[in-house]
Amino acid sequence: MAGANAAHAGVPHGDGEAHASVRGYVTGFILSVLLTAVPFALVMSGTVPAATAVPAAIGLAVVQMVVHLVYFLHMNRASSQSWNMAALVFTVIIVAILVAGSLWIMYHMNANMMPGMMPPE
Amino acid sequence: MTVDIRLAADTALLADAGEGHEEHHDTASIVTLGFWIYLMSDCVLFAALFATFTVLRGDTAGGPTGREIFSLPNVAIETACLLVSSFTYGMAMIAAERNRKSEVLRWLGLTLLLGLAFLGLEIREFADLVHQGFGPERSGFLSGFFTLVGTHGFHVFSGIIWMLVLMAHVAYRGLTPDNRTRLMCLSLFWHFLDIIWIGVFTIVYLLGAA
Amino acid sequence: MFGKLTMSAMPMNQPIIMGAVLFMAIGVVVVLGVITCCGFWRQLWTEWLTSVDHKRIGVMYVILALVMLLRGFADAIMMRSQQALASDGGAGYLPPEHFDQVFTAHGVIMIFFMAMPFIVGLMNVVVPLQIGARDVAFPYLNSFSLWMTVSGAILVNLSLAVGNFARTGWLAYPPLSELHFSPDVGVDYYIWSLQVAGVGTLLGGVNMITTILRMRAPGMTLMRMPVFTWTALCTNMLIVAAFPVLTVTLGLLALDRYLGMHFFTNAAGGNPMMYVNLIWIWGHPEVYILILPCFGVFSEVIATFSGKPLFGYTSMVYATICITVLSFTVWLHHFFTMGSGADVNAFFGITTMVIAIPTGVKIFNWLFTMYHGRVRFETPVLWTLGFMVTFTIGGMSGVLMAVPPADFVLHNSVFLVAHFHNVIIGGVVFGCMAGYNYWFPKALGFKLDERWGKISFWFWLIGFYVAFMPLYALGLMGMTRRLDHMDNPVWHVYLMVAAGGAAIILCGILAQLVQLFVSIRNHVALRDATGDPWNGRTLEWATASPPSFYNFAETPVVLSRDSFWDMKRRGVAFHPPVHYHRIHMPRNTGAGFILGVLGGVVGFGMIWHIWWLVLFAVAAGLTVVIAHSFDEDRAYYVPSGEVAEIEGRHFQQLMPQAGD
Repeated sequence: MAGANAAHAGVPHGDGEAHASVRGYVTGFILSVLLTAVPFALVMSGTVPAATAVPAAIGLAVVQMVVHLVYFLHMNRASSQSWNMAALVFTVIIVAILVAGSLWIMYHMNANMMPGMMPPE
Repeated sequence: MTVDIRLAADTALLADAGEGHEEHHDTASIVTLGFWIYLMSDCVLFAALFATFTVLRGDTAGGPTGREIFSLPNVAIETACLLVSSFTYGMAMIAAERNRKSEVLRWLGLTLLLGLAFLGLEIREFADLVHQGFGPERSGFLSGFFTLVGTHGFHVFSGIIWMLVLMAHVAYRGLTPDNRTRLMCLSLFWHFLDIIWIGVFTIVYLLGAA
Repeated sequence: MFGKLTMSAMPMNQPIIMGAVLFMAIGVVVVLGVITCCGFWRQLWTEWLTSVDHKRIGVMYVILALVMLLRGFADAIMMRSQQALASDGGAGYLPPEHFDQVFTAHGVIMIFFMAMPFIVGLMNVVVPLQIGARDVAFPYLNSFSLWMTVSGAILVNLSLAVGNFARTGWLAYPPLSELHFSPDVGVDYYIWSLQVAGVGTLLGGVNMITTILRMRAPGMTLMRMPVFTWTALCTNMLIVAAFPVLTVTLGLLALDRYLGMHFFTNAAGGNPMMYVNLIWIWGHPEVYILILPCFGVFSEVIATFSGKPLFGYTSMVYATICITVLSFTVWLHHFFTMGSGADVNAFFGITTMVIAIPTGVKIFNWLFTMYHGRVRFETPVLWTLGFMVTFTIGGMSGVLMAVPPADFVLHNSVFLVAHFHNVIIGGVVFGCMAGYNYWFPKALGFKLDERWGKISFWFWLIGFYVAFMPLYALGLMGMTRRLDHMDNPVWHVYLMVAAGGAAIILCGILAQLVQLFVSIRNHVALRDATGDPWNGRTLEWATASPPSFYNFAETPVVLSRDSFWDMKRRGVAFHPPVHYHRIHMPRNTGAGFILGVLGGVVGFGMIWHIWWLVLFAVAAGLTVVIAHSFDEDRAYYVPSGEVAEIEGRHFQQLMPQAGD
C-alpha cells in the first residue's frame, strides 16, 4: 500500500508521538558516547578511587539509559505513549524491589549462614 | 419488531465509523504496545540475572576475579559497535518514514554487520576464557558472568536472525504497514538491548575492574 | 541415538505406577476411539486445534484443568491414604521414593496445570466479551500459549510412564534438585514442563494486558470495566512481572545440571539460598495470580445474584491494585527460617500483615453487596459463600504465620499445609467452581444441572474441613509435612479423619462429573435461549449463548458501569442493530498447535539428552514461525449478510422470551 499517503498512513505512530529525526538520533548518540567514555575513562585510568568511581559509573549509566529511552525510543509524556510509560514505571518499581530486596536478603543470609565467606560487595 | 430510537442513536455512532480504517490504524500501536509489554518482562528477566550475578560475584572459589580476566578495551569496542548500531537502526527507521526501501535495507545491513561484530568479539572473549580454564563451570562468579553476558548475547543473536528475516520481508514486499510495524518492534528490541548493555558494561565490567 | 532414553525407562517393576499408566492409556484410547467413531477428527482440527477464537481456547484450557484436577486429586488420595495407613508404625503401600514423586507431582499439577489453566481459561472466555471486543489482541499468540501449556501438562504425565518425576517437592530446592543429589530425569521433567508451559503463560499475560488496555468498547473507561476484568488486568500484570523470574531460576538450575555451572551447588561458589530467594520472588506473586481472578468471579457472582450493584466498586479496584503491588513485597515470609535475621524477617512480617488489609476490604464489600439484596442461593452463590468463610479462616492462619517467631515453630509443618490448602481450595478452587457454574451456559449454551451442583458443593465444603482441620491440629502438635511414614498413635487418629475428608471431597468431584454428564444429557431442557440466564449485569450476557464467533454484531457503546444492566434498564437490550456491517476476523491456523507440539518435543529432547531431536524441533519451530510471517492471508471479512443471518436466527429465538 505504498503511495502518496503512505508517509502518514503507513508509519505506525499515533497522534502526539515524537517523529524520529536525524538530529534526535545524532544528539542521543553523542550524549551516549560521552556518557560511556567518562565512566570508562574513570575506571581505566585508575586515578579515581573505587568508592567514587563506582557510584559515578552507576549514575552515568542510569542517565544514559534515560537518554536512550528519550532519543532512541522516543519516550515522552504524550497520550499515545501513556500505557508504555505506565508499563515502564511499573517494571522499574518491580525491578528495584527485586534487585534491592535480593541484595539485602542475600547479604544477610550470607552473613548469618555462610560464616566462612565474606559477604559480597 | 419495534425499533428503538435510542437504540438507533447508540449504534449510529458505530454505523459508519469507518471500522476498517480505524482497526488498521489501531493495529500498529496495539502490536507495539504488546511488544513493549513483552520487553518489560524481558527487563525483569535481566534484573533477575543481574541480581544473581551480583550476589555471586564474590564467589570465585579460588578461580579468577573479574579484575583478572576482563579486558576493558575490548568491552569499549563492543560498546561502540552496539551504540553505533543503535544509531544506524535509527537511520533505517527514518528512511522507512521517508519511504525509501533500498536505503532502509542498507542501514539495516550496516546494523546487522555491527551486531555481528559485537557478537564476534564477545564469542572470542568467551572462547579465550574457556581455553584458559575459566569457563562457566569454574565458579559461581563465572557462572553468573557467562550467563548474564551470554543471555544478552543470545538476545543480540536472536535480533540478528529477526533482522535478516525482516530484511527479506522488506525486500520481497516493500514497506507495507505490517512491515513498518515489524520494523518498529525490532527497533524497540534493538534499542532495548543497547540499554541492557549499558547495565552490563557498568555492573559487570566497570564495577568488576574498579 | 536416543540420549539417556532406554527401554528400562519404563518402570515395569513398579505395579502401582504401571497401574496408573494403564489407566491413563485406557483413557487416551477411549477418547481417541470416541473421536474416531463419531467421525470427529476433521472437525477437531478445523474447529478446535486450529482455533484462534478466545472462547474455544478458553474452553480447552478449562477442559485441561478439569482433567488435571483428576490426576492431581489422585495424587492427593494416595498421600492421604498412605499417611493414614503408615502413621501407626506400619509402612503403608508407597515406598518413599514413590511417595516423594507423588507429593511433588501433586503440587506441580495442581498449581501449574489445574489452577493456572482454569483461571486463564475463564479469563479467555469472559474478558473479551466483558469489554465488548471481538477477540483478544493477538489471537494466534493465544493459540500458541494454550498448546504450550498442554505440552507442559503432557510432559508431566509422560514422566509417569517414561522415567520418573522429581522427588524434591513442587519447588525443587537445590541442593537436592542438583545433579549430585537428583541424577535421574525427574528434575529435568520438572524443569522443562514448567519452562514450556511458562512461555505460554507469559505470552498470554502480554496478550491479555494489551487486550484490556486497548480493545475496550467505546465508552468503557477503566472505572466502568467489570471487576472481573480489573482483576484479570492485575493478574496478568503479575504474570508479566513474575514469570520471567521463574524462567531465569529454572534456567539457572538447568545450567547447573546440564553444563556443570555453580549457581546453586554446594561447591565452587554456588549459593542454594539464592534459589530459594528467586523462586519465591516468583512464587508469592504466583499465588496472587491464582486468587485475584477468583476474587473477580466472586464480585461478579455476588452482585448478580444479589440483584444489586457491587458495593464499593472504587475501593475494590484500589484494593486489587494494592494487592498487586504489595504481592511483590512479602516473598521472604516463605523462608523466615532460612536465616536472614530479625531485621529482614521483621520487615517482611509487617508487609505480610499489611497485605491482609486490602483483602479484608474486599470481604466487607462482598458482605455489604449482599446486605439488603435479594440473594438467590444458586450454585455459584453457594461456592461464593463457602469461599467467604473458608478463605477468611485460611487468611487468618496465614497472618498468624506472618509473625516470624510463630513461623519458626510452624514452618514446614502440616499447619502450613493446612493454611495454603485452606486459601487455595477455599479461594482458588471454590472461585473456579463458581466461575465454571456461572459462565458455563455462556460458553456452551446450556446450564449445568443445579441439583448436582449443590450436591457437589456440599461434599467439597464438608470434605475440605474434614480433610484439613485435623492438619492444623497436627501442625501445632509438631507433625512435619511430606512424611511418608511415622509412628505416633495420636497423629494416626487425625490422619484417619483427614483421609475421610479426602474421600468426601472425592464424592464432590464425582458429583461434578455426574453434574456434567447429566447436564449434557439434558442439554435441551437446560438450554439458555436468551443468553442471559442469571439476569446478569455485564456485557458478556448481552450476547447469545454461546456467542456468535464474532461476539458482537455491533460493538456496544458503554454509558456506565454494569453496562448490560444499564442497557436493560434503558430498554435497549435484546434488540437487533439497525444495520449490519462486515466484520474483520482472524483465520484459524495450525501454527499455534504445531509450535506447541514442537515445544513439547524440545522439552522431551532436553530431558533425555537427545540433542539432535532438540535441534530439529528448534529448527522446525523457527521455520514455522518464519513461514507463518510470510502468510498474508491471515484474516478475512465476514459479509454483512452472513452476520445478519446469524443474528436473525438468534433474535427469532429471543422473541417469545424477551418482554418488549
